[in-house]
Amino acid sequence: MVRDYETVFILTPVLSEAQVKEAVKKFKDFLTSNGAEIVNEENWGLKKLAYPIQKKSTGFYNLFQFKAEGSIIDKFETELRRDERIIRFLNVKLDKYALAYSFKRKDRLSSASKEEK
Amino acid sequence: MAQNGEIRYLSPVAVDFKKKKYCRFKKNRIKYVDFKDPEFLKRFLNEQGKILPRRVTGTSLKYQRKVSTAVKRCRHIALLPYVTDMMK
Repeated sequence: MVRDYETVFILTPVLSEAQVKEAVKKFKDFLTSNGAEIVNEENWGLKKLAYPIQKKSTGFYNLFQFKAEGSIIDKFETELRRDERIIRFLNVKLDKYALAYSFKRKDRLSSASKEEK
Repeated sequence: MAQNGEIRYLSPVAVDFKKKKYCRFKKNRIKYVDFKDPEFLKRFLNEQGKILPRRVTGTSLKYQRKVSTAVKRCRHIALLPYVTDMMK
C-alpha cells in the first residue's frame, strides 16, 4: 500500500556544501530507485542543535516528503543508519490532516521565497 | 439600610472572575500539530522544557496527545531540548 512519509535528517556540520548536496542526492536516488515518489524536499541549512549530538552543536537539516510502499521504509532506515554522515533522523507516516498541512506549508514557503526574490 | 434582608456592601465585592480556558486547536480548527515548529510547541512547555498539563493549557485530550507526540518528535530531531533552564 502506498503511503505518505516524511523524513527529517541531520548531517554532520563538517561537510562542505557540495558534500551535503551529494549526500542528499544519494538518499534521493535511493528512494526513487526503490519506487518512491518525492513530493517535497527542503533544505533548512546549517542550524544550531538544541543539545549536542555526537559532540556536535550544529547540523545540516534536510527534509523529504515522499509517497512509497511501506516495505521500503525499513531498507531506507538501515541505509540512514549505516551512513556516518547522518547524526540523527526521523521518519514519520503522514495522516490525511498532516498531508493537508504539508501542502499548506509548501505553498506558504514557496510564496515567501518568491517575495524575497 | 438592609431592609429586605439584603446585604449591602460599601465597596464592590471582589469576585475572582476566572477567564474560561479553551482548547486552541478546537477554537482555531487546527487538525495537525506540526513537530517541525518548535516556536509553536514552546507554548505548551514550561521553563524547563517539560510539557505542561492539560489543566494549565486547557487543551482537549485529543490534541494534548498530539501535542505530546509532536514535542517528543521535536526533541528527537534536536529542535527542542530534553532538559534545560530558562527557556523563555
